[in-house]
Amino acid sequence: MKILVALKQVPDTETKIKVAADGRSLDPADVKWITSPYDEYALEEAIRIKEAKGAEVVALSVGGDSTKEVLKNALALGADSAVLLKGDGQGDAYQVAQMIAAYVKDKGFDLILCGNKGLGGDNAAMGPMLAELLNVAQANVIVKLELGEGTFKAEREIEGGSEIVEGALPAVITAQKGLNEPRYASLKGIMAAKKKTIEELDATPATSGAQVSALALPPERPAGRKLEGDAAAQAQALLQALKDEAKVF
Amino acid sequence: MILVFCELKDGQIRKPSTEALSEGRRLADAAGKQLGALFAGASCAGAAEAAKFGADVIFTAEGPTLASYSSDAFATLMADTVKAKGATVLLAAATAVGKDVAPRAAARLGAGYASDVTALSIVDGKLQAVRPVYAGKAFATTTFSSAIQVATTRPNVFPAAEKAGAGATEVLPAPAGDFKSVVKEILAKASGKVDLSEANVIVSGGRGMKDGANFKILEELADAIGGVVGASRAAVDAGWGLPHSMQVGQTGKVVSPTLYIACGISGAIQHIAGMSGSKFVVAINKDPEAPIFKLANYGIVGDLFEVVPELTKAAKALGIGSN
Repeated sequence: MKILVALKQVPDTETKIKVAADGRSLDPADVKWITSPYDEYALEEAIRIKEAKGAEVVALSVGGDSTKEVLKNALALGADSAVLLKGDGQGDAYQVAQMIAAYVKDKGFDLILCGNKGLGGDNAAMGPMLAELLNVAQANVIVKLELGEGTFKAEREIEGGSEIVEGALPAVITAQKGLNEPRYASLKGIMAAKKKTIEELDATPATSGAQVSALALPPERPAGRKLEGDAAAQAQALLQALKDEAKVF
Repeated sequence: MILVFCELKDGQIRKPSTEALSEGRRLADAAGKQLGALFAGASCAGAAEAAKFGADVIFTAEGPTLASYSSDAFATLMADTVKAKGATVLLAAATAVGKDVAPRAAARLGAGYASDVTALSIVDGKLQAVRPVYAGKAFATTTFSSAIQVATTRPNVFPAAEKAGAGATEVLPAPAGDFKSVVKEILAKASGKVDLSEANVIVSGGRGMKDGANFKILEELADAIGGVVGASRAAVDAGWGLPHSMQVGQTGKVVSPTLYIACGISGAIQHIAGMSGSKFVVAINKDPEAPIFKLANYGIVGDLFEVVPELTKAAKALGIGSN
């Protein structure tokens, strides 16, 4: 079995967002970059499949030189090899999906795993778009995955519960928190990763479908007020305010 | 034409779909175009209601192959309808199904896609979207370069406005079977309550709740005021047995209720990112310096274990309940 794990480098969740001088991108100063947490669940699942039934795990990312950190980490965690597609990995999901599809085609992957969304961009689009471009099955926001002979059974999160999706391999499966508990890299893994090289390829040029033309911070919220008195008085004052001022009730 | 993919539940159009339809009507008026509503399922009974939300044409595809959700069947139907009717904009609500199928349909159409948008407009004949990024820490204006534009609308943001449309009906053939993946079974949560992402009122607990069992008082308050219960990442990761589906924040659910009551939540950046789209925020916390107060319309510095039960009692006495 051959598994591809697509990983995205994203700003850490504690990042304070500042808009760059161009008015449409994130100011990269002081940003700490990490592997998107949802992609970590995808990678962990691939490594568990490899441990359970044997598989070749290829880690892939789209980006520049700094993106190699994501791939080094994936190698340290247990990926067999890593591929960097040199191109704009922070751009439009459709563009990135086309780049990855061009690489994946005819390479015989049985399973493609990635996060259900890239943290920050929050598109939740690359996975389903990749599935469509490869003309294979998809299952998104997965919290449980079982593989059969050429088939998969996945539990996917939906409003108010979950649903079981069954389909044929190859497939694109996107991971959700809860799928597994990702491991930390071992010293042995980190040392072994240092001996591995990252294959670097120029991403196939692709057209984008949508572009960010402006990035803005949300408007400041108006100053609130504190409600005084004992617990009973505070509760009364709050409900009155929600009813009369906010008209929530 | 502007085409809106709509979901039915128990013979009624789901609320997020009525919101998408209403926004589609507004855009169709602005662009001088027709509004189409597209339904799919074993039965599309109830689809006629789309005329109340402005649909000029209601397309229905019925058949056993559409009884269960299948991403390829639904994407095929959506893309084929867009092409056959010459639609330039395809909308769906950003629900579990909408977010699953819309990007697949967009890729089939070679179209750009904007997910979970909070504002839409037509500029120079093309769709333009505003969508939260970094879980709401910033907003991105998205423009499209593709001839067809696809977007999903965030639930609870666009008002569902009744406006009569012509409501002509057209039956479409259901796609043939043999799909790559199909939903086999739905495992519903026992509560049957609405999902956090669609909730109008959310009562959320953080580390200050001290234990998962204490969330009972939040459930009682939520029941009294017609809300659902959420949690911060700190609470979900504390090993109290709370499911991650309750988590509100950048790595959990991003919510936009009318009222968000944060109990014992300090207000870490990643939590605020997930709930700053709430219209009104109430913070209940012992620590007057907690960052959550900066965001709160109403702040209560106090012991949540005293304040929350008082709120429940007072809400019951006042007969408060929200839709």
